[in-house]
Amino acid sequence: MPIFAPLLRKRNKPFINTQTNRMTNQYETVFILTPVLSDEQTKETVEKFKGILAEQGAEIVNEENWGMKKLAYPIEKKSTGVYFMLEYTAEPAAIAKLEVAYRRDERVIRFLTIKQDKFHAAYAEKRRNLKKQKED
Amino acid sequence: MAQSEIRYLTPPTVDKKQKKYCRFKKYGIKYIDYKDAEYLKRFLNEQGKILPRRITGTSLKYQRRLAQAVKRARHLALLPFVTDLMK
Repeated sequence: MPIFAPLLRKRNKPFINTQTNRMTNQYETVFILTPVLSDEQTKETVEKFKGILAEQGAEIVNEENWGMKKLAYPIEKKSTGVYFMLEYTAEPAAIAKLEVAYRRDERVIRFLTIKQDKFHAAYAEKRRNLKKQKED
Repeated sequence: MAQSEIRYLTPPTVDKKQKKYCRFKKYGIKYIDYKDAEYLKRFLNEQGKILPRRITGTSLKYQRRLAQAVKRARHLALLPFVTDLMK
C-alpha cells in the first residue's frame, strides 16, 4: 500500500548475517564498576561480561577502559567509578540476557546499552579509527 | 536653547543582531555523542539544565537528539542532574 511506504522507509533496516542467517544489530554498552575492587577483580568482572557476550554469539568490535573517573553525583554512596565500554554486534535476544547479568552483579553500579543507528555507527567507526591511530 | 541634535562622543552602537544558527546543521554533525560530556556542557546552563532552542539556535531535530544525549550522560553520571555553578 502506498500510504505506508514512507513509514517503512524510515525504519532502520536490520543487518542480516549471511553466514548464520540471523538478525544482528550493533550495540554499545557503557558500565561503571565500583571503585573498591582490586585491579584483578575488575579485570575478572569485565572478562565475565565478555564471556557472556561470547556465549550469546556476539562479536566484540571494540573495548575501552576509561579508568577511574569522578562521578557527577554519588551512586550507592560512592563518588568515583571505573568506566568501561564495549561495542559489539549481537542478536536482540542476547541483550536481554546481558542486562539481567548486569542487574544481578553487585559490582556494577550503573550500565547503559544502546543500539547504534546508522549515524551512531558511522561516528563509532570514526572514533575507533582515531583510537587506532593514537595507538600506532 | 534647545539642542536639536544629540551628539555622541563615540558613534552609538547599533547592535546588529547576528542570526542564530544550528551548529549541528552548519558543521554537519549527524550524531551527538553522549560520552563527550565536555561538549554537551556547552548546551547547559550553570545548574545543568538544557538550554532552550531560542537561546542556542539549535534546530528542533537536533535539539531532540541533544536532549537524548544529555539524558544518557546524566544516567551514566557524566553530567549532573542538578548542581550549582557547574562551569
